[in-house]
Amino acid sequence: MSSAAISTQERPSRELSGPVLGMVLFVASEAMFFAAFFGGYYTIRANAKVWPPPGIPHLKIDIATILTVILVLSSVMVQISLRSIRAGEQRRATLFLGITIALGVTFLALQLYDYSQLGFGVKDGTFGTLFYVMTGIHMAHVFGGVVFLALVFGQMSAGLLSPANHDPLAAGAIYWDFVDVIWLLLFTTFYLLTPR
Amino acid sequence: MAVTEAPSTAVAPGPERGRLLDWLTTTDHKKIGLLYLISSFSFFVVGGIFALLMRTELARPGTQIFHPHAYNQLFTLHGTLMIFLVIFPLLAGFGNYFVPLQIGALDMAFPRINALSFWLLPVGGLTILSGLFAKGGAAAAGWTGYPPLSEQLGTGQDLWIAGLIIVGTASILGGINFIVTILRMRAPGMTMMRMPVFTWSILATSLLVILAAPVLTAGLIMLFADRRLGTVFFDPTQGGVVLLWQHVFWFFGHPEVYMLILGAWGIVTEIIAVFSGKPIFSYRGVVLSFLLITALSFSVWAHHMFATGAVELPFFSVTTELISVPTGVLFFIWLGTMWKGKLRFEPPMLFALGFIAMFLIGGINGVWAASPAMDFAIHDTYWVVAHLHYVLFGGTIFGVVAAMYYWFPKMTGRMLSRKLGIWQFWIQLIGFNLTFFPMHILGLRGMPRRIADYAPDRGWSFLNLVATVGAFIIAIAMILFFVNIFLTLRKPRTAPDDPWGANTLEWATSSPPPAHNFDRLPPIRSDRPVYDLRTAGGEGS
Repeated sequence: MSSAAISTQERPSRELSGPVLGMVLFVASEAMFFAAFFGGYYTIRANAKVWPPPGIPHLKIDIATILTVILVLSSVMVQISLRSIRAGEQRRATLFLGITIALGVTFLALQLYDYSQLGFGVKDGTFGTLFYVMTGIHMAHVFGGVVFLALVFGQMSAGLLSPANHDPLAAGAIYWDFVDVIWLLLFTTFYLLTPR
Repeated sequence: MAVTEAPSTAVAPGPERGRLLDWLTTTDHKKIGLLYLISSFSFFVVGGIFALLMRTELARPGTQIFHPHAYNQLFTLHGTLMIFLVIFPLLAGFGNYFVPLQIGALDMAFPRINALSFWLLPVGGLTILSGLFAKGGAAAAGWTGYPPLSEQLGTGQDLWIAGLIIVGTASILGGINFIVTILRMRAPGMTMMRMPVFTWSILATSLLVILAAPVLTAGLIMLFADRRLGTVFFDPTQGGVVLLWQHVFWFFGHPEVYMLILGAWGIVTEIIAVFSGKPIFSYRGVVLSFLLITALSFSVWAHHMFATGAVELPFFSVTTELISVPTGVLFFIWLGTMWKGKLRFEPPMLFALGFIAMFLIGGINGVWAASPAMDFAIHDTYWVVAHLHYVLFGGTIFGVVAAMYYWFPKMTGRMLSRKLGIWQFWIQLIGFNLTFFPMHILGLRGMPRRIADYAPDRGWSFLNLVATVGAFIIAIAMILFFVNIFLTLRKPRTAPDDPWGANTLEWATSSPPPAHNFDRLPPIRSDRPVYDLRTAGGEGS
């Protein structure tokens, strides 16, 4: 047996490729990272006599709802892009990936605007602590996702991705969907499950 | 698809490129593995010197050398370095070198990420150590960094947080790399149930790393935010929960201790089989035990918090005792493997036997501590220090030294001196027990850990002196070890490909292996392909 063939043999296509499997494992790791923060949230909340703590203005749900729609929509877009590249439709895939990135940037801008409207800060007790640290870390992940997808966009525009080889996009889509799911959990926790 | 960027078989590093640059930029898993070992042993020397300084201070009552604040920095840095920059990276280093060889792969799945996860380590370690030059000194809240103390200390504590986040990121990247390598890069015929047990132990370790290490990162970010951004995660006066840190830290910290020992179990299981001339008593039993321990290790964290009065005692007591069952199974498998075997007492086997005996003590004194009634009495005493060191020094470090004697010929083409190895073994065994066994008694006599001084009338003085003498005897054993390595490296490469009559695939290639690992792979039809090749009488060649 020649040494060159040892690790480069073809695998059945139903198996995840190495890089995509790597991203799945990374996302599992990230899920535990966020789980620690959610654990912190519910521990602190369970220890509080009143929730939300007095003196915190009620969070308005309007902008947050728009943010949710933007991010869910962007997840749909990245999936369309992935289906397109698998079908060999390069231009369509590039277009929808572009839309995904644009929606991600919109999310970041709108959330920063939302921060400026809230009327409380990170130093305002447990609620300020949890809200800003958790949404802030999520925001950093959205930013990281935008950068990742922008790099994939560059590869795609240069024609480096194909129906047979589009691991970067597949991995990016998994990461982007994960970031979306975390936002849904944050939205549920801070907006839907906080008593008025 | 091909994911490896390993150098092709035609690689011929230009002689003009410079050896230093070659090492700095290498993506070869074998060189990276050696870099891990070099870095880890360097930090081991630093952490060891800190330990000797502490033992010198504690040899007699009274403060002779160190102000208590300096002493606090010493034990914090000793613990942090030994756990995050010595023991774990040592096992990761052997994993890097040997997992691809053991599964017949060309390299790790992501060679560049592999280089990154190594180079982050010294950066993180030096970040932590740089606290020594900060105002107020280095981190001094212990390796566990409990608030409120860790929120009150100076810049050194921030550097500790930053360093640990860097090291944690490195280990997560490394863990992902190992899992993908093991799941995707195995040679034809190398099924999961034919993988060497060491590879299994690295797979289990990697699962623990990717699921537990991010929890520590989250806790460190909370701690940093509390210190520098004005948040109140751990501040009870503002509605925060001070015990939250302990939950987060130990949710990471208990899987962590298994990250620090699983690899050593894998090494020792392999060595005992080879030097008993028998197959592993129950290969499936080992794999199942590893997997059970991996799963159970996420359910025992609060046994570190019995004394807080804020955790469910029976639940965590039972899970802790439960996890000792698969661990006990491993002991029986080791004994069963040796039973009626032709034992060869070469240095790797001696250290493996030392491992079994010492880890048995560390296991038993740990199970006692799982009982809340016992734990309340010994919590935060020297008993805990004894337990920890019987597991991590008597266990993992004995296993790592066994691995060095076992694999050194494969890594360098040179056999370490048998004579020096036997001397080292006995000196290390005696020094180790002299240092750490008395700590059990000190703990039962109520001596708290992490104190720089004690009163002369407590009955602790003599045993502390014994422990200090023992610590310097350990240092002599370690000097012998490094002298052995240094002298051997100056000798010519004479080691055969398979000096021990071993079983696993790394012994099928040359010593040291070529850049592309294998010129030819033997057929893999069991978990002992090299044994099969040897007993088939050259049928495969």
